[in-house]
Amino acid sequence: MTPLTLAWQQFRLERKLFWRNPSAAFFSFVLPLALLLLVASVFGSDQQELETLIPGIAGMSVMATTFNAMAYNLTFLREQGILKRVRGTPVPLPSYFAGFLGNAVANAFVQVLLVVVLGNLLYDVTWPRDWAALLLFTAVGVVAFGALGIAFSHVIPNFDSTAAYVNAVFLPAIFISGVFYSSDSLPRVLDTVAEVLPLKHVIDGFSGAIVTGQGVVDNAAALAVVAGWGALGLLLAVRFFRWE
Amino acid sequence: MGEIAIEVDGLRKSYDGVEAVRGLSFGVERGEVFGLLGPNGAGKTTTVEILEGYRERSAGEVRVLGHDPQVRDRELQQRVGIVLQSCGFYPRLTVREAVEHMAKAYPRPRDPRETIDLVGLGEKADARSNKLSGGQRRRLDLALALVGDPELVFLDEPTTGFDPAARRAAWGVIDTLKDLGKTVLLTTHYLDEAQALADRVAIVKDGAMVAEGPPSDLGPSSAGYRVSYLAGGRRVEHQTDDPTDLLHRLTGDAIARGEPLEGLEVARPTLEDVYLELTESARCDVEQEPRQR
Ligand SMILES: Nc1ncnc2c1ncn2[C@@H]1O[C@H](COP(=O)(O)OP(=O)(O)OP(=O)(O)O)[C@@H](O)[C@H]1O
Ligand SMILES: [Mg+2]
Repeated sequence: MTPLTLAWQQFRLERKLFWRNPSAAFFSFVLPLALLLLVASVFGSDQQELETLIPGIAGMSVMATTFNAMAYNLTFLREQGILKRVRGTPVPLPSYFAGFLGNAVANAFVQVLLVVVLGNLLYDVTWPRDWAALLLFTAVGVVAFGALGIAFSHVIPNFDSTAAYVNAVFLPAIFISGVFYSSDSLPRVLDTVAEVLPLKHVIDGFSGAIVTGQGVVDNAAALAVVAGWGALGLLLAVRFFRWE
Repeated sequence: MGEIAIEVDGLRKSYDGVEAVRGLSFGVERGEVFGLLGPNGAGKTTTVEILEGYRERSAGEVRVLGHDPQVRDRELQQRVGIVLQSCGFYPRLTVREAVEHMAKAYPRPRDPRETIDLVGLGEKADARSNKLSGGQRRRLDLALALVGDPELVFLDEPTTGFDPAARRAAWGVIDTLKDLGKTVLLTTHYLDEAQALADRVAIVKDGAMVAEGPPSDLGPSSAGYRVSYLAGGRRVEHQTDDPTDLLHRLTGDAIARGEPLEGLEVARPTLEDVYLELTESARCDVEQEPRQR
């Protein structure tokens, strides 16, 4: 089999495993949507809040399906020795990782679309004004958060502590990055921190693409920040990769 | 045959300054079953994982099927099957799915169904791997290593955790591999296993070889026979090169006394005795000459 076919086989296996793991499916799909419905019910019919919330939840979903999922999965695969087994087979490692990452990428895209569709159907948020920008921000966000998730997994000592480590990053990140409310209302210090981190910029990009119609050119700076984090993430992910 | 499958020359490996392998040399011919035997921490896994390409050696030369395993050549990996000392599975995959998925990685795999039967997991083919017992998981390890139809198989303690029947069955599988002309390098703590399977064994301790040869040749060294019997409830033991005289005297005395000679045993030292003798000796005489065939 060619490396490409092997990547496809791995991707299909990962899809199968994903659907067989109820808690992974829950955290990736159900939780963000439940939060969306819950917070939206608090905002009621305040359209401006809803137009903040939809891009916010979409951005959070990108992080949850890639950063969180990579950190969880890799820690598990490493602790179980599954990574080590893979390394002893002739499967080219790029094929393996393409299939493995492809699974997370698929989840991220599906989730962003779901949020956008629900936002339109339930809350009258417009259809995205710039689809290209939406897809591009999703793609760059996925690469950045996926790579950062892999890099972060190197810090996690064992699978039992994964939830604590992941949430220590994820919860503050969604809190300060304007997922549920505009981050302009945050204290200056926190807003400054959020400006440095990638999630806020993904959300800004989504907000532009969906609500205000600002495309890639307008949000080039935001895209650059996310891409920068992606480059750093890839560097760290590869440099410190541990098989066992 | 007669070609060399594995060559190890002066292999050394240190972990943070501690030497786990100190100058091992041995060769394994094609079609041979070679056993690495030694107590916990002897350096067996370290050695095998260097040969498998998992670890980098600190010094020495190593060739596996003509390749340097450290290079991690795909061509070499297609010809080698690996059972690691401990290694997990995707918990939500069935035995059949796991073996079928693994088969896709190889150019000329065995039939997955037949491989599952070969290791005796036929009845569990549709069970998820997290529902298998320890011994059954080990058999799945074996199936995953064999499904690529490798020329050379590394087995790091393949039967640890097996019940006696399963162990026999695994021996059968390894014998089959041998019949198929495969080369096998296995590590084990079980002497009977080495004795039953290996054409040659190397006994390793503290990272160095203490003996090497066919299991039959590693047998009795000094005192050939051990004669023992019960006297007053205690076991009395004699060692002798020729037990004929001793037995004649013992039985004669017993007859003269008109008592039975209780619990009489005459035994040749087993490989186990040799192993214990070699591996329990103090570190300083580890450097003794490997015994020749
Ligand atoms: N990754 C490692 N880092 C540091 N030390 C190690 C590492 N792996 C093994 N060692 C040490 O090297 C020595 C040899 O270990 P190894 O696992 O090769 O022994 P073994 O013969 O396979 O033992 P066992 O029969 O218990 O499996 C041990 O003292 C062990 O503590
Ligand atoms: Mg070992």
